[in-house]
Amino acid sequence: MIAFFLVSLAILACAVALLSARKVIYMAISIGGVFIGCSVIYFLLGAEFVGIAQVLIYAGAITILIMFAIMLTNHESTEPPLKWTARNVASALFSFLLGATLLIVIRSQVWPQGDPNTDINGGVSNTMAIGLTLFKSYVIPFELVSLLLIAALVGAVVLANEREGR
Amino acid sequence: MGGLGNIVIPTGSLLGLGAILFCIGLYGALSKKNIIMVLVSVELMLNATNINLVTFSRLGASPNIDGQIFALFTITVAAAEVAVGLALILAIARVRKTTHVEDLDTERH
Repeated sequence: MIAFFLVSLAILACAVALLSARKVIYMAISIGGVFIGCSVIYFLLGAEFVGIAQVLIYAGAITILIMFAIMLTNHESTEPPLKWTARNVASALFSFLLGATLLIVIRSQVWPQGDPNTDINGGVSNTMAIGLTLFKSYVIPFELVSLLLIAALVGAVVLANEREGR
Repeated sequence: MGGLGNIVIPTGSLLGLGAILFCIGLYGALSKKNIIMVLVSVELMLNATNINLVTFSRLGASPNIDGQIFALFTITVAAAEVAVGLALILAIARVRKTTHVEDLDTERH
């Protein structure tokens, strides 16, 4: 309970640091903090496999990929200091209004509380339950996702490839 | 079920965390100048939705593991999205020598 609020505070602090970071490379570090914080939330919710996948894919692969992209493009690039242009004011106002609306709606509802004693894994470990459900009920989406991954991989290679003919 | 899953976390707080994180990501995606920062802000929004999916996985008439599987699919799609997005950014940076969104408002180069 206390751990949840501490972790949420850390996530939100990292997210705000991400927004206010001037150098792009600092932003890549704070996004790593957000990803690890989210994985701790998943652990607290009893979703161990999703937490581990989050650490591996987000905090490991995606953060490193973003750092590579920063290094390969303009790694000295800095965000210009915040100016209150019409676009910034409009986006801040819109985001704030959306957030306030969402929070008011969430506060006005009475949410069901998950019973911590229900075993959502069906008696086996979390990883095993995920594997069983994935290959029993979600075979077609699983195969489609593997198709999507291979298409994205080939597409990324083709896009990032330097063309000789120009 | 691991010992960590037995902690009672109020559902409203989890949804509020997701909402705030989503709005921070939305503000970043709308207002940032560097195209990599825009992409990272979109990742932040995807993370917020993942928190909601895992939260709702424990609720409902028959709590089951479907929400966690949806979260896993979202993570996979996000990985594919970030790979293609960063390849596009590299191609743009090579051709135009810039990563600022405001320099990318023409279709010629």
